[in-house]
Amino acid sequence: MPLGQLTLENLACVRGGRLLFKDISCALGPGDATLVRGPNGAGKSSLLRIIAGLLKPYAGAVVYQGSLALADEAHALDPRQPLCKALAFWAAIDGSDGDTVNEAMGAMRINHLATVPVRMLSTGQKKRATLARIIATRADIWLLDEPSNGLDKESLTLLDAAMAIHRVRGGIIMAASHQPLGLSDVKTIAIGEG
Amino acid sequence: MNQFFILIIRDVRLAFGRGGVWLPLIFFLLVATLYPFGVGPDGPLLAKTGGGVLWIAALLASLLPIDRLIAPDAEAGIFDQFAVRGISDEWIASGRVIAHWLTFGPPLMLAAVPAAGLLRLSGDTLMRLEFGLLLGTPGLAALSVMVAALTAGLRGAGALAGLLLLPLAIPLLIFGAGSLEPAGASAFKLIAACSMFLLAVAPFAAGAAIRAMRE
Repeated sequence: MPLGQLTLENLACVRGGRLLFKDISCALGPGDATLVRGPNGAGKSSLLRIIAGLLKPYAGAVVYQGSLALADEAHALDPRQPLCKALAFWAAIDGSDGDTVNEAMGAMRINHLATVPVRMLSTGQKKRATLARIIATRADIWLLDEPSNGLDKESLTLLDAAMAIHRVRGGIIMAASHQPLGLSDVKTIAIGEG
Repeated sequence: MNQFFILIIRDVRLAFGRGGVWLPLIFFLLVATLYPFGVGPDGPLLAKTGGGVLWIAALLASLLPIDRLIAPDAEAGIFDQFAVRGISDEWIASGRVIAHWLTFGPPLMLAAVPAAGLLRLSGDTLMRLEFGLLLGTPGLAALSVMVAALTAGLRGAGALAGLLLLPLAIPLLIFGAGSLEPAGASAFKLIAACSMFLLAVAPFAAGAAIRAMRE
């Protein structure tokens, strides 16, 4: 598998006629992680959505190699489906097998919820399910929007472990968060601060 | 290509889960049941007007599943996830049109049999109605997906969907009703033409609408 690369070149974002940020540049290689920090409404989510290709940048360009996975506030799992089936759908789309899903659920310790419909899960459990979906993609580049929201202490440890394993495997992480995540050796992009 | 089938299978399965299959069918049969109460049990009158009523019922029935076609998936971020994987919105919309037809067209054609009995339609008229529905429901399904994408996330989407869909479905109704006459064979070709036009346009219109929702 070719290892991922992610380069942002002078990105600028305008939303609703307002300039949210400009001149965001960075280059990430295998194993790198970047934390996007900034106050509410600074454009952290917009930056991730631009990288994911869901929004067009006002200026600048995103260049990447490898595959992307995005975890934002939407869990993107069918509410009526049992958790394992909802996750298996994305695994099938990505062409991976059932073991991948089991492994990912194991990493987030949600195996015991496998048969529970997604709509019955609590906020924290849904967040863990979203992270399991990301793990199951086996994508090179993880884009995580507020991954620690709604997670308890134990789940935060699981998240840190999952991110560490992803980086050891040569993966890239770009996380937006207003609180520090357990990422070691991390670059920071600060936006919306003057 | 494999992805495309996975998508269609999911959409069909969800349509059954969300009850989107039975509503149009029950509505269609309900209209066929109510109509004789409204105009009286006059056999020849029912037989003369019944086919057209069933076409109107089919059009109105196509409105019922609209709020389930696009909006729930848009809200849950599922379309975003397809886009992140590089699957185009037009491709997703085409899959949805096919899946929607599978859960809308054949059930409606099935319901047309008892409905024809209730309205005293002759066997010959029933055959024409069924053939017309076979040609026309793909167009209606495409139109439904298109309107569902255009109105997804709007307040009062249901009412707006009706105002958008019904005028665009008028050609189907005209040729559908026209095809019920014994001399109406050419109307079938026009139904097919309408359907093909809608099938060609809908994925692009729906895809653009899904993309516009992200802004």
